[in-house]
Amino acid sequence: MPSPMWRQHELKESYDVVVIGGGVHGLATAYYLTKLGVRNIAVLEAKYLGFGGSGRNTAIVRSNYRTPEGIAFYDHSVKLYEQLAAELEFNVMFSQHGHFTLAHNERGVTGLIERANNNRMVGVNSRVIYPAEIQKLVPHLNVFGHSRFPIMAALYHPPGGIIRHDAVVWAYARGADRGGAHIHQQTEVTAIDVHQGKVTSVRTNRGTIRAGAVVNATAGYASTISKMAGVPLPIESHPLQACVTEPLKPFLDAVIVSSTLHVYVSQTDRGELVLGAEVDDHQSYSIKGSLAFLEGAATHLLELFPFLANVKVLRQWAGLCDMTPDYSPIIGEAPDVKGFLMTVGWGTYGFKAGPASGHLLAERIASGKTPKLLEPFGLERFANDCLVGEKAAASVSH
Amino acid sequence: MAFQIECPNCGVRPAWEFHYGGATRNRPEPQAPSADWVEYIYSRSNTRGEESEWWYHRSACKLWFLAERDTSTNHVLETRRFEAQENVGG
Ligand SMILES: Cc1cc2nc3c(=O)[nH]c(=O)nc-3n(C[C@H](O)[C@H](O)[C@H](O)COP(=O)(O)OP(=O)(O)OC[C@H]3O[C@@H](n4cnc5c(N)ncnc54)[C@H](O)[C@@H]3O)c2cc1C
Repeated sequence: MPSPMWRQHELKESYDVVVIGGGVHGLATAYYLTKLGVRNIAVLEAKYLGFGGSGRNTAIVRSNYRTPEGIAFYDHSVKLYEQLAAELEFNVMFSQHGHFTLAHNERGVTGLIERANNNRMVGVNSRVIYPAEIQKLVPHLNVFGHSRFPIMAALYHPPGGIIRHDAVVWAYARGADRGGAHIHQQTEVTAIDVHQGKVTSVRTNRGTIRAGAVVNATAGYASTISKMAGVPLPIESHPLQACVTEPLKPFLDAVIVSSTLHVYVSQTDRGELVLGAEVDDHQSYSIKGSLAFLEGAATHLLELFPFLANVKVLRQWAGLCDMTPDYSPIIGEAPDVKGFLMTVGWGTYGFKAGPASGHLLAERIASGKTPKLLEPFGLERFANDCLVGEKAAASVSH
Repeated sequence: MAFQIECPNCGVRPAWEFHYGGATRNRPEPQAPSADWVEYIYSRSNTRGEESEWWYHRSACKLWFLAERDTSTNHVLETRRFEAQENVGG
């Protein structure tokens, strides 16, 4: 019989670090902590590993962001992803066949040029290309045919691509388990005790745990956990929907994104098309899909690939996204509660960041020092008026 | 059941006709300390459960109105017109 990927344990009375949330961020943080020799740690997951966004995302990985801070951070993550299969001895099926962000008007083209310049300044492979080259690289895209919003340019990012998201989650879980971390599923945090400005323990449906440090890695549920520690967040949870079609012969190896058309699409190794849009307009903790989303995604996809008109949708789903005002994450210790750390605000774009934030946050916890790449992302940036504006690079292209 | 909202003018309509305007909350006085303004501008209650909110009937009558919604299910408990003398914040 194959051995399980991670073991079950009794809940101990005390851990040095308690990580709340069994998604890519919680598990990567736990894995990199064990690598740094911090082994008395627990990951608490209310449901099952991958229940949240980590099991619901559309698996796009890229680093062609807008700000120098954002680009450098996501570039670190892409580089870790490139080594991840070897590091964790698990096939995460990372396929880097390029990422195209389309522009259909002059304002859009200007935005792409700004991103390309910033990308190259930081050393990220990214450039603006025009219709003839776009058509050559993506032969089936409707570049020159009739369309309401003709394609004027694209930001071409060759290292971008897609990954097998479940494999990443399982691989980190196995790595953390092998390093000595305890993974507890079906373990829901119900309260957090703070004494004299310092976190002391975490209460769960299975009992109370004393904790040296607590990490909030619950994405769409981050506000509910942060409230338990008395830390208000600039976060609003919104549903994000996606769907897949029946499998087709491989015709698309790149990821195609259009903010103007509110749609993005890629083709999986199984041949299914994965498509999505931007978040639903309203705050919510309900993750039901809607017909309005399907109609919109289908209509917009047909502008890009008209020949898909008779393709059937197989399934549709939604997940929760923890949206911040500047479309950048919040990583680090809460300024007013010692020992309460967070890696939240992952919005619609956090899967690609799991390795970088896990790696850097583990370093922050083990050393007590904030690594340079994390400095721009603290919670205090809002009070200090130092936002990291990534909306232009992250609102439709997750 | 599908997410639907009862507009005080138009009656029950699908949610996609509306724009979400955020939870009601109180704006600080202009001279309030900047910490209060930072809190007002950035912090969000992001309630999981019942919340009172602003909604806008974008695709039809253009009315801004108030709703009580359970954000864990999208069940709308009540909608009503905003009365000019009310102080609900926003
Ligand atoms: C449809 C969709 C498409 C997306 N596409 C992309 C993409 O292409 N590329 C990309 O980079 N990102 C994408 N994202 C965003 C990405 O999925 C998330 O940012 C990322 O997965 C967040 O990971 P996480 O580990 O922080 O949280 P999650 O994976 O959401 O995990 C949080 C966990 O916390 C648990 N939890 C909650 N409350 C408690 C509690 N009280 N006690 C214990 N546990 C609790 C939850 O059960 C959950 O499992 C997409 C998201 C969605 C929904």
